[in-house]
Amino acid sequence: MSEPRGHAGHVVDVRGLGKSFGPLRVLRDVSLHVAAGRTLCVLGPSGSGKSTLLRCINFLERPDEGAVFLRGERVGFRRTPAGRERPMSDRELARMRTRIGMVFQQFNLWPHLTVLGNLVESPIHVQQRPRGEVVAEADALLDKIGLRDKRDAYPSRLSGGQKQRVAIARALAMKPEVLLFDEPTSSLDPELVGEVLAVMRDLAREGQTMIVVTHEMGFAREAADEVLFMDEGAVIETAAPQRFFDNPSTARVRQFLQRFA
Amino acid sequence: MIANFAVVLGEWKPLTTGFLNTVWICALSGAVSLVLSVFVSMLLVSRRSALRRAAQGAVDVLRALPFLMLLFIVYYCLPALHLRFSSWTCGLASLVVYNTAYFAEILRGAWAHLPREQEEAGRAYGYAGVGLYRRIILPQILIASGPVLGNQLITLVKNSAFLMVITIPDLTFMANQVQAIYFVPFETMLVAVMLYWTICSTIEWIVRGMERVAVVRGHE
Repeated sequence: MSEPRGHAGHVVDVRGLGKSFGPLRVLRDVSLHVAAGRTLCVLGPSGSGKSTLLRCINFLERPDEGAVFLRGERVGFRRTPAGRERPMSDRELARMRTRIGMVFQQFNLWPHLTVLGNLVESPIHVQQRPRGEVVAEADALLDKIGLRDKRDAYPSRLSGGQKQRVAIARALAMKPEVLLFDEPTSSLDPELVGEVLAVMRDLAREGQTMIVVTHEMGFAREAADEVLFMDEGAVIETAAPQRFFDNPSTARVRQFLQRFA
Repeated sequence: MIANFAVVLGEWKPLTTGFLNTVWICALSGAVSLVLSVFVSMLLVSRRSALRRAAQGAVDVLRALPFLMLLFIVYYCLPALHLRFSSWTCGLASLVVYNTAYFAEILRGAWAHLPREQEEAGRAYGYAGVGLYRRIILPQILIASGPVLGNQLITLVKNSAFLMVITIPDLTFMANQVQAIYFVPFETMLVAVMLYWTICSTIEWIVRGMERVAVVRGHE
């Protein structure tokens, strides 16, 4: 029996994902897909499994059930010449992860490297692209996020908002096929949230494929092409943002949105 | 008293020889230990539990051993097993083995305190295995453990004085000879202490420089 291949037209195709931590079921039969150039916002109360979902997409967590496809290729598994699937080695998996950019809630910049160093680290040493080309692209990215003057600064010298913008640029420097955002503004002071969301809004407008886990309802309404609502590890509703916010079809979503009204 | 110092200074040649021997013995064994400890620290967190336990057992035994005991074992006991080396080889090997254990344990400890997210960010950006360690983890734990490594290096310098008991002409050995020949113990030892102090404060100075780097390149 051959495994179903992912839909090649979708950048990310998630099918029937399940994950448990001990007795706790964190994900139940989660399916979603994102087409090229689209932005999917994942909403839901704390503990609903949103972050775990993102971490399962790039296999930082191994899902117990289901499959993730990146442009039709199964993440975490490799097809042998005999047509069977076997789990990827750590190295193969790492290689595949360079095609999936990840932006963390706590930034997780590498403190021993300068801003530029953070941007060029993986493109040069993992993707093995020529240094000159990578540095030129990194400089252009720093221009774009308005932090060219911090090029040679270390992360400890940056504000939270600046750190997160650098983290986004670090992800873009790998030229990933999709960007995953794990609550990118949740650990920022309120006055710093805007500058990060502005960068993300630009990316959405430029057609960068993104999956964004967030509590920023305004951002989801404006920038998302589609909104997915999760609760207790399951997908409750998927809808266009207008419909999701103005006329949700489930009572659970109505109840959730009332807290933000 | 002044005359006694004149005697000691007149013997500057053997004292300088001893001082330089101590310096290169410590520099070489410190550098080799540090390099080896990087590899041992990888064993200490290996996913293969047999390998990890063997490495941790060896490190624990060495750290529980007084350095002089290790030196005696290498110099006096190994020949009984028909393993005979020169006193220089025994001395250097003992210093390297002993301090590799300490350095490796220091690196393992710093690794344990490194936020998990750092390693995770490395994985998310395509690193795995040795590359992850070399590019993402090692630079950070070296920066974080600089002061502790410096302290251990100072302990290495002081332990190197034990090498005189296996006839290696280090600073302590030479100072002892000078004082025995001319019977000027106080003045000779004072000079030797000053020379040890010079080595150790140089290490301190380097460590303080590293601490300044760590403030900028560390986690807040």
